[in-house]
Amino acid sequence: MAGLTLERIAVGALKDIHLDVAPGEIVCLSGPSGSGKSRLLRAVSDLEPHGGTARLGGVEQGAVAGHRWRRSVMMVPAESAWWFDSVGEHLHKPMPEALEALGFSDETASWSVSRLSSGEKQRLALVRTLSREPRALLLDEPTANLDETTTRRLEDWLLPLIRKRRLPVLWVAHGGEQIRRLAGRHFRIEGARLVEEPVRT
Amino acid sequence: MNAIELSWWQLVLASSLVVALAACTHFARLGLGRSLLVAAARTAIQLALIGLVLEALFAVGSLHWVALMGIAMLLLSGREVVARQKYRLRGGWSFAIGTVSMFISAFSVTVLTLLAVIDPHPWYDPRYAIPLLGMLLGNTMTGVSLGLDRLTESARRSRDIIENRLMLGETWADACSDFRREAMRAGLMPIINSMAAAGIVSLPGMMTGQILAGSPPALAVKYQILVMFTIAAGTGFGTFAAVATCARRLFDDRERLRVDRLTAG
Repeated sequence: MAGLTLERIAVGALKDIHLDVAPGEIVCLSGPSGSGKSRLLRAVSDLEPHGGTARLGGVEQGAVAGHRWRRSVMMVPAESAWWFDSVGEHLHKPMPEALEALGFSDETASWSVSRLSSGEKQRLALVRTLSREPRALLLDEPTANLDETTTRRLEDWLLPLIRKRRLPVLWVAHGGEQIRRLAGRHFRIEGARLVEEPVRT
Repeated sequence: MNAIELSWWQLVLASSLVVALAACTHFARLGLGRSLLVAAARTAIQLALIGLVLEALFAVGSLHWVALMGIAMLLLSGREVVARQKYRLRGGWSFAIGTVSMFISAFSVTVLTLLAVIDPHPWYDPRYAIPLLGMLLGNTMTGVSLGLDRLTESARRSRDIIENRLMLGETWADACSDFRREAMRAGLMPIINSMAAAGIVSLPGMMTGQILAGSPPALAVKYQILVMFTIAAGTGFGTFAAVATCARRLFDDRERLRVDRLTAG
């Protein structure tokens, strides 16, 4: 599996961002709201015009079609959108183990998306993304709508999976506690730059 | 043709009905009187002018003048398409897309119908070419503007859905497929409805006009069927071309959704 590299990315207020994320490594990003965390993820996912480039292993962002890049480097937005009627239609393949690990059941696939709570949407958006077998993940506060217990449950499922599949992960997170649990490295956005913060004291 | 001659004073009589209606709405404080009168005056003036133009055109009958007339009609309908958009593409793209798709569909269907079906001599005889083109352009314009309006509106409203689908690695065409389908449906619904209701609920305007002008109903019906089919084809192809091109233009070469290319009309 390949690592994810950001080279001289410039988007919004952010300038000249360099970052290497190794396979299986989680790099946490934090910063005040409006500092450009989401836009940085969107730039890496190539969803908006930006300076610089990103690389997954030997493949450069601009060298393949947009959808091919995003088929490898998948972003999970803070607020997920749903377009089919049922949950199952959004999954590329049945994900019984993932659903069970997150406190759902086989029946969940037949649930109507209009009745999902924000917490359910957030967890199912992650399952939906992983059902398409990405090779790198960009997560925008994936536990923002979850309580403490559910958050821990999600981490217990996701972390081993990231390690097993050796996915490079950029994870936008808020809480210092969570960052200490997850991160290989942690960067705080300060103005136009990323400032590395110690993860464990 | 044995049309009963209609004199101008008889039209004045008909116009008094509109004036009476305007007076009623004025006294009922509906605030419609003024625009009703302006619209009625526009109808009279515009149609009188086009009557003069058509008389002259029919008298000359040369291909140049027919073509010039056709192009003028096309450009005006292109402007009309843009005027009906809530959001339009920046940089004249809406006008270009609307005009080109109407040109491709309405003009080719008109020429095809003239050459292969009606077969007048010469084939561009303005007596057939201009009314047919006018009817096709009018209807294609409605289809194109409804289709484009629906597409751009859903791109803005459903931006989250489209972008989330892109994030999951879908192509731009897949990510907006539902909205393209909706836009096509919106553009084609009027003609599908009027084909389905023709003769049962409504007597189409052209057929009514022909019968009033003295044509035998059987002939009027045949022409109406012809016109309905050509309108359906023209509207369908025109809307398809416009919606497909506009959808492509909503995404850039990296398949990103670019709602910043839209501006409030």
